[in-house]
Amino acid sequence: MASSIRVRAIANGETTEVQTLIQHPMDSGFIKNDKGDFIPAHYITELAFEHNGKPVFVADWGTAVSKDPYVKFAFKGATKGDDLKVSWIDNKGESDTATFKVQ
Amino acid sequence: MRNLPNARTLIFGLLVHSFVCGNAFAASEADFKQAYAAADAAERQAGTLRNQWLVTEAALTDAKKAAEKGDFDRAVAAAKEAEALAKASIFQAESEKEVWKNLEIR
Amino acid sequence: MAHVDGAGKRVSMRWLSILLAALLPAATCAAAADDTDPAKEARAFRDFFVKKFPNVKLDDFANGPYSLNEDMRRQWEEKEQFPPYEFSLESGKELFAKPFANGKHYADCFTNSGIGVRQNYPQFDVKSSKVITLELALNQCREANGENAISYTGEDMAALTAYMAFTSRGKPFDIKIPDDPRARAAYENGKRYFYTRRGQLNFSCATCHVQNPGERLRAEVLAPALGILNAMPIYRSEWGGMGTVSRRFITCNSQVRGVPLEPQAEDYRDLEYFLSYVANGLPISGPGSRP
Repeated sequence: MASSIRVRAIANGETTEVQTLIQHPMDSGFIKNDKGDFIPAHYITELAFEHNGKPVFVADWGTAVSKDPYVKFAFKGATKGDDLKVSWIDNKGESDTATFKVQ
Repeated sequence: MRNLPNARTLIFGLLVHSFVCGNAFAASEADFKQAYAAADAAERQAGTLRNQWLVTEAALTDAKKAAEKGDFDRAVAAAKEAEALAKASIFQAESEKEVWKNLEIR
Repeated sequence: MAHVDGAGKRVSMRWLSILLAALLPAATCAAAADDTDPAKEARAFRDFFVKKFPNVKLDDFANGPYSLNEDMRRQWEEKEQFPPYEFSLESGKELFAKPFANGKHYADCFTNSGIGVRQNYPQFDVKSSKVITLELALNQCREANGENAISYTGEDMAALTAYMAFTSRGKPFDIKIPDDPRARAAYENGKRYFYTRRGQLNFSCATCHVQNPGERLRAEVLAPALGILNAMPIYRSEWGGMGTVSRRFITCNSQVRGVPLEPQAEDYRDLEYFLSYVANGLPISGPGSRP
C-alpha cells in the first residue's frame, strides 16, 4: 500500500525547502453524503517534520484544512543526504510516517 | 376584553380575505390537477427541446409537495409559476435556434 | 393568401407554393454545405483569441485561466511541482493496467496500446455514425470485454482519462472531421450548442468563454474557450477531486440553471468534438488542476 506522504526536500545552501503532499480526506464533519447523513469528521490533528531527531515544523490542524493537503516550508541546518522524517496523526487515531532524504 | 364578531361580520371578513388573496374561493384539488397538468405538459415539451430549467423542476416539486399537504392555493400558484417558467424555456429554445448565430465567431 | 408580383398581376398561389417548395430546401442545403468550412472557422476562432490576448503565447491557451492571470499562474506553477492530481494519476495508471475478467486490457482497444493517443479524441466513427469521445471509448472497451460500464462522472473514469492525457502531454490536438456529411453535422451541432443560450440565466458557453475570458465570475477567473479542453480531466479544488469532461459539462449546465443532459449525450459529445477541433495544434496539458 503506497504511503500517503509525498515529500521533496531540496537543500539550497543554508536553507532546505520542503514540499509535501499528503493524501487524506480531511473531512470536516459538516458535509452530508448522498443519503443526507453527515460524513463524520476525519482530519489530521498533528503533522510533524523531524530533522536529526529535532522537530523543524509542527502543525496543529483542524477542519479548515482541505482534502489532500499541500505544505511548503523552509528550514536551516540540513545538508544533502540528511534524513527528514514526516509523520501525522488524525482525530481517529490513524497515523502514517515516512522518511525522506534531503536532496 | 375582546368582542367576538357576529356571523355577518365573519362572512364579510372571509369574503374580503378571499378577494384580497386573489381568489373568490380557495383553490381545489381539481384546480391543482389542471394547473399541474398544464405545467407538466409544457415542461415535457421543453424536454423534447432539451432545454429544461432547474427552477421549473423545483416549482413542479414545490407544487406537488404543497398539494400533498392539502395546501392547494400554494400548489396552484407553484404550478402556474412552473408553467410560466417552462414556457419561457421553450421560447428560449425556439428563438435560440436562429439567434445563436449572432454570437458565432467568424 | 395570394401574392401580387411587381407588375401588379396576380401570380397563381398554387404555382408559387410548388416553386417555393421545390427551391427552398435545395437552396438551404446548398448554402449549408458551402457555408461551413471547419478549418476556416477554427482559424477564425483561434485568431479571435490571439487578437484579444496579444501577450499570450498560442500554446499557453491550453492552461486556461493561468494564461490570463499572473497571480494565479504563479500559484499554479508552484503546485505543479506536487500537483493535486497526482493520486488520481497513479490510480489511473493502475486501473489502466488491470486486466478485465476475460484477460484482455484497455490497451487492446486502442492504437499504440492507448499510450499517447488522447489527442486524437474525439473521433467521428462513420460506422456507428457518432462522435466517440475518450470517455465513451473507454466504456465501449469495457462493454466489448464483458465488463460493466463505469460512471462518466466518477473517480475511476477521471483517473483513467487522467492517465491517458498524461501520456499525451505536449502532443497537439489532432481532431479529424472526415469527408462525411454526418461528421460535418456533428461538428455543426457542437458549434450550435456552444453558442446557444440556455438555462434560466440565459448564458451560452460563449457568454463566459468567448465574451468574458479573464474576467471574474464570483471568485473564479473565466478560461478562454480556445484550448479549454486541453487540460482535461481536471482536479478542481472546488470539487476536492478529479472530474471528467462529462462532469464539467453537466455542472456548467446546472450553474446556468439548466437541467443537464445525461453524461455523453449526443449534444455533449458533439460539443466536445467542436471544442477539440478548434483547438487543433494546441498541446494537451492534462491532467490539469483548477481552483
